[in-house]
Amino acid sequence: MNLLKELHRGLLKENAVFVLLLGMCPTLAVTGSAKNGLGMGLASTAVLLGANMVISLIKNLIPDKVRIPVFIVIIASFVTIIDLTMAAYTPDLHEELGIFIPLIVVNCVILGRAEAFASKKSFLASLVDGLVMGLGFTFALVLLGSVREILGAGSIFGRRFVAEDADTILLFILQPGAFIALGFLIAFVNKLTKKSRPRRDA
Amino acid sequence: MSSKKKLPSTFFNMVLVLTTVAVLSALALSFTYSGTKEARAMVEVKRTLKALQEVLPAFDNDPDSEKYNLESDADLLLYPAKKEGQPAGTAVKTYSDKGFTERIWLMVGFDKDNKIYKTWVLKQRETPGLGTKMKEPKFRNQFSGKDPAAFNLKVKKDGGQVDAITAATISSRAFCDAVDRAYRALLGGGKK
Repeated sequence: MNLLKELHRGLLKENAVFVLLLGMCPTLAVTGSAKNGLGMGLASTAVLLGANMVISLIKNLIPDKVRIPVFIVIIASFVTIIDLTMAAYTPDLHEELGIFIPLIVVNCVILGRAEAFASKKSFLASLVDGLVMGLGFTFALVLLGSVREILGAGSIFGRRFVAEDADTILLFILQPGAFIALGFLIAFVNKLTKKSRPRRDA
Repeated sequence: MSSKKKLPSTFFNMVLVLTTVAVLSALALSFTYSGTKEARAMVEVKRTLKALQEVLPAFDNDPDSEKYNLESDADLLLYPAKKEGQPAGTAVKTYSDKGFTERIWLMVGFDKDNKIYKTWVLKQRETPGLGTKMKEPKFRNQFSGKDPAAFNLKVKKDGGQVDAITAATISSRAFCDAVDRAYRALLGGGKK
């Protein structure tokens, strides 16, 4: 298994947000700043990693007809563990992300990887898959959060680089800005990946 | 990859597996819950202490342990500060429902002459980039040193003396409302 190739798959080729268009709800809702995007991305990665690992370990013990309920119970447990841990140790971030932490349960990236990958592949492959898909999701959220924060608030990771009373394009930290910025980013990533395809074939 | 066959979906297997998974999950959750309980309880306490440090003049007592609430409104908490046994001021935990979304919470510190010493935002969910500017010193410092008896705690649009945040008059109004509520609590609650 080529780790670099896997990483490329998670970050660009099969990026959960830009290419597969999964997990749109947290993607649009919490990316008002780069920091929130990073927090949400890492929390989702932790859940994805945990769920992928456990599910690939017990995949042969799960009867087919109840596999979805079993997956959901496992995913929900990981989400609650992350939720409690964040409430205890990163209270400010936890408050800003609010309801979207518990909602990781219904993030289709996670159930999608459990159903399509972890329930069929080996432990190691699932671990790597969880990691690269999670990093891809984080990458997308940080990118979107950065674009919105730079344009909308004139800062990056909370550090302001324009004058305090300067006018910024507020639209971008408000909800419509999420859709606009995401649209442009998807177009941009598609252009990138399409260009690189013939080169790989050659 | 694995050549082992999956467990067949018989009624017994399904009940067994789901129950086992649920029990194990419950165990893991209860461990995490009790493990983080103390840290989660401390979060609120630390926030309050930080706010008290921010809004009160120098003090050497423990205002948090001497706090009391108004009989008329249990949500308003008063924290008396003392320096060498003498009253140094009072912090009031106050709120307003006039904000853009949910209730906003402030800590307002008064010195011993009932003048506003400093203000601090405890909790708010105003519009990012607009109402959230109430957290910035530029806005909340304009209250420092003002005596609410002589200073009209309203935004200029409403005939008061407070400079509202640009494009966030509603949030500014809510802030003034909360500070005003704190001042009335301070007068109504009497000094200890």
